[in-house]
Amino acid sequence: MASAGIAVDRAALFEFLTRMGDNTLILGHRVSEWCGHAPVLEEDIALANTALDLIGQTQLWLGLAGEVEGKGRNADALAFLRDAAAFRNCLLVERPNGDFGQTLTRQFLFDAWHHVMLTALTRSADPRIAEIAAKAVKEAAYHLERSSDLVIRLGDGTDESHKRMQRALDDIWSYVGELFIADDTDRAMVEAGIAPDPASLRLEWDAIVSEVLREATLKAPTSAYVHKGGRRGVHTEHLGYILADMQFLQRAYPGATW
Amino acid sequence: MSSEWPLWEVFIRGQHGLNHRHVGSLHAPDAELAIKNARDVYTRRNEGVSIWVVKSVDIAASSPSDKGPLFEPSNSKVYRHPTFFEIPEEVGHM
Repeated sequence: MASAGIAVDRAALFEFLTRMGDNTLILGHRVSEWCGHAPVLEEDIALANTALDLIGQTQLWLGLAGEVEGKGRNADALAFLRDAAAFRNCLLVERPNGDFGQTLTRQFLFDAWHHVMLTALTRSADPRIAEIAAKAVKEAAYHLERSSDLVIRLGDGTDESHKRMQRALDDIWSYVGELFIADDTDRAMVEAGIAPDPASLRLEWDAIVSEVLREATLKAPTSAYVHKGGRRGVHTEHLGYILADMQFLQRAYPGATW
Repeated sequence: MSSEWPLWEVFIRGQHGLNHRHVGSLHAPDAELAIKNARDVYTRRNEGVSIWVVKSVDIAASSPSDKGPLFEPSNSKVYRHPTFFEIPEEVGHM
């Protein structure tokens, strides 16, 4: 195995990989809920593309996670046969879609983090992780370009669109902080040179977000309160509903294929 | 709502194609977003290396009712087609 030379706790590495994969899985599923419902056809297809990009990345992250775990679970088993408490996604991505502005705000705040994170991961000491990041970072760059553009257009749009974007930002802001808080898993990754310290990404994220919000004439909320727990398996009630929807088929008809 | 956005014609240059080809149309508020939308709508299966968009209203088109005067005169001028030349065997496939 390529990472044989890197001294890192296998369980911690598995934990880290499921965090990456569960973020993209849950957000991918959330975004896919727009399919057939977006405000215009072009946006519908764009959102479906984003969702598919994220699900594609999930296959890579969870596939590697299963390999690292070494218990015979593949990406499908991890996605469809774990319960909510075993999921490691941040709370931000399980927030409900709300209106288009809320979906877009969530997407933008995530994309900014995702792009900074993946860029750092392209320099990972684990070549498998660096390769996945190199592939995913191109998709994330496009996602960020697109969501930034739309946040600016709607923030600096009509009175109604501005009002909704500001409300969306105020609503979701407290779910972002979790992305930048390090725990033991993160410290083990930093020590092994596998992943950056989450806190070290904040400066660059702030720069991206504040520039876009300025152009969008939106105000970043000043509240410092942070909802957290997702990354260690403590989720909001929303995740259960997502999993019920997503996992129904494999739970009801184990091993079903098409 | 989409009816308030102008219509754009999309031209894509494919992987091996030399020319941009018309692939369809879409709605977008401006050129920048028209290109982004075109990327999402028309290049999902790795079709393109370059995208052009042009507002549909900016395309001047021939009128279908002018079809007769425009194109029929050429129908009766078979001598404009180079099909009357005998090609010597030695030339082979042209």
